[in-house]
Amino acid sequence: MLLEALMAVAFVGALTVFLAPNEWAGRLAFAISLIPFVGSLFLWSGFEAGGNALLGGEVAYATQIEWLEVGGRSVSWFVGLDGISLPLFVLTTFLVPLAILSAWTPVDTRQSQFYGLMLFMEANLLGVFAALDFFLWFVFWEAVLVPMYFLIGIWGGPRRKYAAIKFFVYTNAASLLMFIGFMSLVFALGDSVSSFALPEIAQAVAAGDLGSWFGVAPDTVAMFAFVAMFLGFAVKVPIVPFHTWLPDAHVQAPTPASVLLAGVLLKMGTYALLRFNFTMLPEQASMLAVPIAAIAVVSVIYGAMLALAQKDLKRIVAYSSVSSMGYVILGLIAFTEYGVGGATFQMVAHGLISGLMFMAVGVIYNTTHTRMVGDMAGMADRMPVTVGILVAGAFGYMGLPLMAGFAGEFFIFVGSLSAPALPYAPVFTALAMFGIVIVAGYLLSAMQSTLFGPFELETDYEVGPAAFHDVAPLAVLLVAIIVLGVAPDIFFEMIRDAAVPVVEGVTING
Amino acid sequence: MVETLPQVTALLPALVLAATGLALLLVDTISPDARSNTSMAVVSAVGALASLSVTVWFVASGTGSVDTGGAITLFADAIKVDTMGLFFTAIFASVTALVVVAAHDYFHDHDNPAAFYSLTLFAATGMALLAVANSLAVVFVALEMVSLPSYVLVAYLKQNRGSVEAGLKYFLVGALSSAIFLFGISLVYAATGSLILADIASASIEGLAGVLGVGVVMMIGGVAFKTASVPFHFWAPEAYEGAPAPVSAFLSSASKAAGFVVAFRVFTEAFPLGMAVSANVNWMLAFAILAAVTMTLGNFAAAVQEEVKRMLAYSSIGHAGYALIGVAALTLDGPANGTVMGAAMAHLLVYGFMNTGAFLFVAMAERWGVGRTFADYAGLWRRAPVASVAMAVFMFSLAGLPPFAGFFSKYFLFQAAIDNGFLWLAALGAVNSVVSLYYYSRVVKALFLDDPETPSALDAVDVRPTALYAAVVFAAVATMLLLPGFGPVIETAEAAASALF
Repeated sequence: MLLEALMAVAFVGALTVFLAPNEWAGRLAFAISLIPFVGSLFLWSGFEAGGNALLGGEVAYATQIEWLEVGGRSVSWFVGLDGISLPLFVLTTFLVPLAILSAWTPVDTRQSQFYGLMLFMEANLLGVFAALDFFLWFVFWEAVLVPMYFLIGIWGGPRRKYAAIKFFVYTNAASLLMFIGFMSLVFALGDSVSSFALPEIAQAVAAGDLGSWFGVAPDTVAMFAFVAMFLGFAVKVPIVPFHTWLPDAHVQAPTPASVLLAGVLLKMGTYALLRFNFTMLPEQASMLAVPIAAIAVVSVIYGAMLALAQKDLKRIVAYSSVSSMGYVILGLIAFTEYGVGGATFQMVAHGLISGLMFMAVGVIYNTTHTRMVGDMAGMADRMPVTVGILVAGAFGYMGLPLMAGFAGEFFIFVGSLSAPALPYAPVFTALAMFGIVIVAGYLLSAMQSTLFGPFELETDYEVGPAAFHDVAPLAVLLVAIIVLGVAPDIFFEMIRDAAVPVVEGVTING
Repeated sequence: MVETLPQVTALLPALVLAATGLALLLVDTISPDARSNTSMAVVSAVGALASLSVTVWFVASGTGSVDTGGAITLFADAIKVDTMGLFFTAIFASVTALVVVAAHDYFHDHDNPAAFYSLTLFAATGMALLAVANSLAVVFVALEMVSLPSYVLVAYLKQNRGSVEAGLKYFLVGALSSAIFLFGISLVYAATGSLILADIASASIEGLAGVLGVGVVMMIGGVAFKTASVPFHFWAPEAYEGAPAPVSAFLSSASKAAGFVVAFRVFTEAFPLGMAVSANVNWMLAFAILAAVTMTLGNFAAAVQEEVKRMLAYSSIGHAGYALIGVAALTLDGPANGTVMGAAMAHLLVYGFMNTGAFLFVAMAERWGVGRTFADYAGLWRRAPVASVAMAVFMFSLAGLPPFAGFFSKYFLFQAAIDNGFLWLAALGAVNSVVSLYYYSRVVKALFLDDPETPSALDAVDVRPTALYAAVVFAAVATMLLLPGFGPVIETAEAAASALF
């Protein structure tokens, strides 16, 4: 019941903070959010699971309680962690306290509601990564949208309403498409599954129990399910051309919401792709390997090019997320131990790095009230610590060795170079690698013009070092990025353990 | 014809409601000075809750269920208490309790509120009776017992032109529908020689299939009126908009469910699927068309409304379309007949809370006097955060978003329809749900994201109607708790519905 307890702390904490007075809501929320974090470290230290939760592996901290029955199939409260979900679970509990800390300065209205929503979102995010029953998972998956909608819509920038609604409509429509895709799979399985538990469904599909449904052949149903789910998750990731909601949402969202949006919400999409598309339907994935790899490479290059063209620091970071998520897709479609494992590792790494970048840009914006590359210069003189960390984070983004981003990208490239299911794998890998050059280009040029040189911004307010509670989360994130870069094995071993069964799935079927 | 006492107690839920109504009337007559709005509301709420407790206790202890000896019949089979009847009684009692509590604040300055409470409880009694009616005569009497108080309730604000106009429209259409329904009953009686549902089913209709068919079609018309389904829906937006908001809540949730209990019981018991198919009175097909047209028309009409109450009225028509799937997606020997009707019943229960809650929020807005359009609701959450959160819960739940109970009830309904071979109906329902998200989210957007046009627009929101708040918040909590607690609800509903086949 440990997982339930942690989610309950976040959920009850949300209610408590919602009712607390504005003055100390931020501190209370921070204190509460430390409990799930410490708890998840405890889960991590005692983690004993083997294999992939969906493919017959052993699930840690599992609870399965019958909930209700629908059409002869049971729905249950079924949660548990394996090597793929634990790192993301820890990432969430780690990022939320930092995001809350980063909200202390910028959020100055309706604090109790703001922090309440943050904790409510944490509870649901933890649910997404822990749930192993489709319905339970879907409930959490959709529940994440509601707090994010309000966080963007109420505390966001000038065009917040437009961004919030666009975010909501896009991701909701995508969810529906994904839902239809998954349901067609379940219906086609007919009586061979007795529940909506993901392991049971995954194993039934792998065992070839897929039948025809309403006269449609099993292969067609599987292909339809794969495409519908892929498109549904592609919006969340987001993959080009479904990415247009992301810059709007990111730029308008308040900094702490951006941190969670980039750090955790985007991972929901890649996590779901791995869990549903690539684990359940590896055969369909390998049939579509070339188009998917092409989409991944286009996302990498096009996202980087778009970032290159931006003048707003936050937009630059936002578009580079599109680029980074392209790497993750490439790693997944490679279907090798290092490809899939590296993709999962990259999810965590990108969560930390993009969180750091958004926070750092937020701190600079709090002081200067601008994010435009052309307006700023010489920030390094005025806020050396913040700028130092920002530069370090940017190097992490570019994939500097001994930082988390390098480890993730390296694993992915190693995996995708020798991908058995992907024709022309070296060509795709080489093209994607070229993306790193563009990333380095735009990050360096943006930093050159904003951070260094003489200070030029003309303001009637003082531009000086940021407060301790603004810089502290940045420093913590940087330490985590370096630790993960120096010792990737602290996560990668368990990830690999859970990734190998997925890879074996494709060699059996394909 | 004297029944033994233990059997008559099966009618307790309805009797408690009737006794409460009579007690209110009595106090109002004997001691006009003793009546106060508060005491009246308290007595009605206690009565409704007592009825609800008895009903839930009956369901939990298995009264009238198949496991414990089957339905209890009373008064020469004219009344039949079974799980389905009790399930619907629970919906009626819950909605009644919410409505009378909310009415306390809505009618705070009304000079004679006693009549309101007693009429509401009499209408609820009629509904409870309708839920257990086993004879077409009882069905008709109970239906009128619901309708007559409803006409008065709609026109209750007699100084208000809108209310009176709505009452008149409702009355005219209602009287016409009653006549059609009654004529349908008489034709059925002519063809079969019986009014008891089971006897109608077993009667010989040699050469009279045509008469029976016309009778059935006319009865469908009566049901369509009560459930506000196309083509008898025209009164609904007018009546819901003009009526006092608590009455709109009562009509669109409880009264509508009452129409469905007639449809569910009468059509499956009196004209069972086998007979309906062989005698060429294929009412399933008629209902399938009605369901499709009703949900589509309701949802698309709701999408173009500018007033919140009117939008809710049309969306209520849309939901009638979903619930109609419960009778539309039935087929002879269909594998999921019980499931599909049970899912519709569960949806009506969830709907009872979320839709009542939504209308009660509108009642609160009327009490504040902030206006009726979406724009008038802008920024309301600054002044009323808790109620606005509750309203957001209702809207998302009505739209069928996953974290809320409305998601499961809709999903089960569509899934059961697919299992019974009605993929097209489920698909149409899903498309309509997507459309509905548009207009429901407009309310949420107005409440939370928009700024009021003038800073003083929200100054009216200075009163804190406690009872209204309590009712709204309770409905929201129930809507949330129905999600984790959906297991027992759907199981009860499916068991109750399966007993009919």
